[in-house]
Amino acid sequence: MKHLLSTADLSRAEAIAILDIAEEMRETGTREVKKLPALRGRTVVNLFFEDSTRTRISFEAAAKRLSADVINFSAKGSSVSKGESLKDTAQTLLAIGADAVVIRHPDSGAPARLAATDWIGLPIVNAGDGTHEHPTQALLDAFTLRRQLALREGVSPAGRGLDGLKVAIVGDVLHSRVARSNLWLLNTLGASVTMVAPPTLLPVGASAWPCTISYNLDEVIASGVDAVMMLRVQGERMRDAFFPNPREYSRYWGLDDTRLKALEANGDETLILHPGPMNRGLEISSAAADSPRSMVLEQVTNGVAVRMASLYMLLSGDLI
Amino acid sequence: MTYLIRQASVLGGERADVLISDGKIAEIGTIPAAEGATVIDAAGMVLLPGLVDPHTHLREPGREDAETVETGSKAAAKGGYTAVHAMANSTPVADTAGVVEQVYELGRKAGWVDVRPVGAVTVGLGGAQLSEIGAMADSRAKVRMFSDDGICVSDPLLMRRALEYVKAFDGVIAQHAQEPRLTEGAQMNEGEVSAVLGMAGWPAVAEESIIARDVLLAEHVGARLHVCHVSTAGSVEIIRWAKARGIQVTAEVTPHHLLLTDELVKTFDPVFKVNPPLRREEDVLALRAGVADGTIDVIGTDHAPHPSEAKDCEWGAAAMGMTGLETALSIVQHTLVETGLLSWADVARITSQTPAKIGSLSDQGRPIAVGEPANLTLVDPAARWIVDPYAMATKGRNSPFAGMELPGAVHATFYHGHATVLDGALASPRVAND
Repeated sequence: MKHLLSTADLSRAEAIAILDIAEEMRETGTREVKKLPALRGRTVVNLFFEDSTRTRISFEAAAKRLSADVINFSAKGSSVSKGESLKDTAQTLLAIGADAVVIRHPDSGAPARLAATDWIGLPIVNAGDGTHEHPTQALLDAFTLRRQLALREGVSPAGRGLDGLKVAIVGDVLHSRVARSNLWLLNTLGASVTMVAPPTLLPVGASAWPCTISYNLDEVIASGVDAVMMLRVQGERMRDAFFPNPREYSRYWGLDDTRLKALEANGDETLILHPGPMNRGLEISSAAADSPRSMVLEQVTNGVAVRMASLYMLLSGDLI
Repeated sequence: MTYLIRQASVLGGERADVLISDGKIAEIGTIPAAEGATVIDAAGMVLLPGLVDPHTHLREPGREDAETVETGSKAAAKGGYTAVHAMANSTPVADTAGVVEQVYELGRKAGWVDVRPVGAVTVGLGGAQLSEIGAMADSRAKVRMFSDDGICVSDPLLMRRALEYVKAFDGVIAQHAQEPRLTEGAQMNEGEVSAVLGMAGWPAVAEESIIARDVLLAEHVGARLHVCHVSTAGSVEIIRWAKARGIQVTAEVTPHHLLLTDELVKTFDPVFKVNPPLRREEDVLALRAGVADGTIDVIGTDHAPHPSEAKDCEWGAAAMGMTGLETALSIVQHTLVETGLLSWADVARITSQTPAKIGSLSDQGRPIAVGEPANLTLVDPAARWIVDPYAMATKGRNSPFAGMELPGAVHATFYHGHATVLDGALASPRVAND
């Protein structure tokens, strides 16, 4: 593994290897001394061209727990706002002595471009690019699902996929890099995916995706799913006529209290995931977000472990 | 200068010797010798009328870092062209007689090809007020083609008026068909690939709806419409319907839309970023079929050079456009001749004769006959070459064909009897007499 750009690039064996290493990393997080010396002396740059406190601190925590030095570079207040190109910014970081770049960028494909050019030649981790991909989010989602199922069955998650699991991904699929990365990874791991969204928030061309598409969340819940992943919806999308207003969105596609009850009535142990930050009352009700089924905080904890595993595999040689 | 071209296949047909003298074709047939003539052995080569590009961006005035009239017209000559239409989106915009005369003069002084400025339809390409179309038509540049290319004349009333107005001097409106609201922030063709890449889509319907509207407007007011860079299968169908109805519409396709598809965007290399965007394989095949059945009339390069920093960046930050003058004829041979869709006589029609008619250029795209102006291109169809943007005459290095092996090479270009290209290399510009 030279870069982590897209979950579509990961084979089943590679994906499972990352999840397995993440399991080990997660165990170290429960120790009194959480730090490992694995990346001592290495420098990881968090290159963030888009606001994201959550993902940035998760990567920062991951790198620091591996004893790497971390440089945070955010586009605000940097030379980027003075018109410096991605190429010059990246080459500056190389000159400073970076060993790996974690990049978040508003343009789809910017991390892939950084990896494909001869600009810097460093390992690149995609921390979210435009509406393209967010591979570490999908990995932490898969990690969370796998771990929960293993706990339920009383077995070790190591070496396992998500075979036979039914997952619904609900909301603004069109603008969601989380949905795309999850689609590829869940398929690779053997799960089946249903995308649930208003037709305006599904891309033209999604019919070719390896998933089922539904416009009706109630039917999907009634059909029985093992997990629902709620996507963040920006209330201002209504300005571009994607839906009439937030209330109507919430009524048809939100995980509200009525649908939470429907999940409970099913008798299924359906898990609720959300990549955060949540819009309580819009795509998810407080009752759903705070219910015992909710994996939201577990996802955050697991995110650090998955990012530790990713950085470790990219920077400490050829494990795969 | 006098040139004797020996044994060229005229329009891909019979072989003949062609004598060029005093800027004209002096003799065709079997010519044993001609005193003082430079002899060109053209056995195996095809003689075409000099190519005419209905759609070039020369960038001057304003963006001389990207291209100048001189470098762009050199690239044109090298590509076998003897005339180009220079689009109006310069800085300042070519929306007054002064600017079009400046561009025309720069072209005349450069001496590589006829540079025919295209006038802007609206002031500053602003889409609000008609520019001084009459003054540009009356100027020394004798503008006949008007276009806001790069931007669509989206206001239906303004488009109607423009179509009507240019009838006064048999002008033509060349429309960049792109419904603006449907393409806000668009980065690539909207379809299966954009769904995967998570890029804002440029749907085919944004082009097709404008073309449908415009052909109906052209019919209503009895005016001439030219559709720039047609890129979708649906557009071809609409134009085919319009022509069957007798509407005065002509259509253009670029070489890149005849070969490349949106699959290339998966590389995220902005050299493939262009407007209209690269489409699907089905569209490519429909465009070729449209050229073959005459629905699409001409090849327009939409040559759009950019400085390297405009492409050496991430996709979203990159400029749209690709160079095309020096690869166009090879792509036409590759996609249309070698596929059996067109003869060389057809190539002459779509690259020279019809574009000259659309632009009302009286001494371009003429028959290869005695007494005609010697605007000629000699192409070696057997040649094979690997595209190297750094070996090109254009300043732009943004060729989407870089590294590809292409068939056919321009061996010589004659511009009013003057060899601008000889042995596949730039020779010298023609010195204007007046």
